[in-house]
Amino acid sequence: MNIGIIVFPGSNCDRDVRWATEGCLGISTSFLWHETTDLSGYDAIVIPGGFSYGDYLRCGAIARFAPVLNSLISFVDKGGKVLGICNGFQILTELGLLQGALTRNKNLHFICDRAKLSIESTKSSWMKNYKKHDSISLPIAHGEGRYQCSPDILKKLQDDDSVALKYADNPNGSINDIAGITNKKGNVLGMMPHPERACDDALGNIDGKSILSTLLS
Amino acid sequence: MSLFKARVFVHLRPSVLDPAGEATRSATKRLGIDGVTQLRIGKSIELEIEAENRDDARSKIELMSDRLLANPVIEDWTLEFKDEQKALTS
Repeated sequence: MNIGIIVFPGSNCDRDVRWATEGCLGISTSFLWHETTDLSGYDAIVIPGGFSYGDYLRCGAIARFAPVLNSLISFVDKGGKVLGICNGFQILTELGLLQGALTRNKNLHFICDRAKLSIESTKSSWMKNYKKHDSISLPIAHGEGRYQCSPDILKKLQDDDSVALKYADNPNGSINDIAGITNKKGNVLGMMPHPERACDDALGNIDGKSILSTLLS
Repeated sequence: MSLFKARVFVHLRPSVLDPAGEATRSATKRLGIDGVTQLRIGKSIELEIEAENRDDARSKIELMSDRLLANPVIEDWTLEFKDEQKALTS
């Protein structure tokens, strides 16, 4: 079983994710340069945080044209699991694999903090280690994490049980306190908080471990 | 082929809060100007494009604006042509 981490120019959480999946969870993990198109042999793909292509124009707007992301769309169609963290979440929305968009935090600050989150859906296997409304804490670090979508899309997300995570104390003005969503099928998860930064006992918080451990289930 | 100059103005949709615009609006008060009731920030993108004719240029820019320059989930855009440049020698 293998996990691939897509690396763009400007990604900066790629190594953190690898430390979490390989170092803490013991899952074989490799880096995939954004110009790769071959995703065969991978069971799950992670799009890590950072500032792909400098986040010029909008976060994720340029990254979504990377060759690897064409292959990612067929990977998702075939049921492959994809996790987008922070900038990875922004890229997945720009790509259209997830609904909505992420824009500037309401208070204009880059927020680097720990956020209390509530598990809102256990529909997909990502949250299978939790019960609905379980409370966890994960680090957040973003300037453009305010989740926005139209009322129609919001209703659809709720009807499909696709809202995966909510903030207990909304830090960025996201609509309905949304911190993470899945696609309808449930195999794609996008989230602003960083589970990979909460996997090592040395960091004092391992709440991210159970989310990352479901990459291969 | 002719060269066309155009400007695409990208702005947040009215329903989306613009905190940077709000912060700028509050700075107008500090500057001593009262009465600014609305201030929203957009991006102006100036471009030159080679195309068969204006309609051709328009359809290329429309595609570019929908797929790259703006994110229709949160942004709207408008297109404005500037003076047409003289035909390129082929």
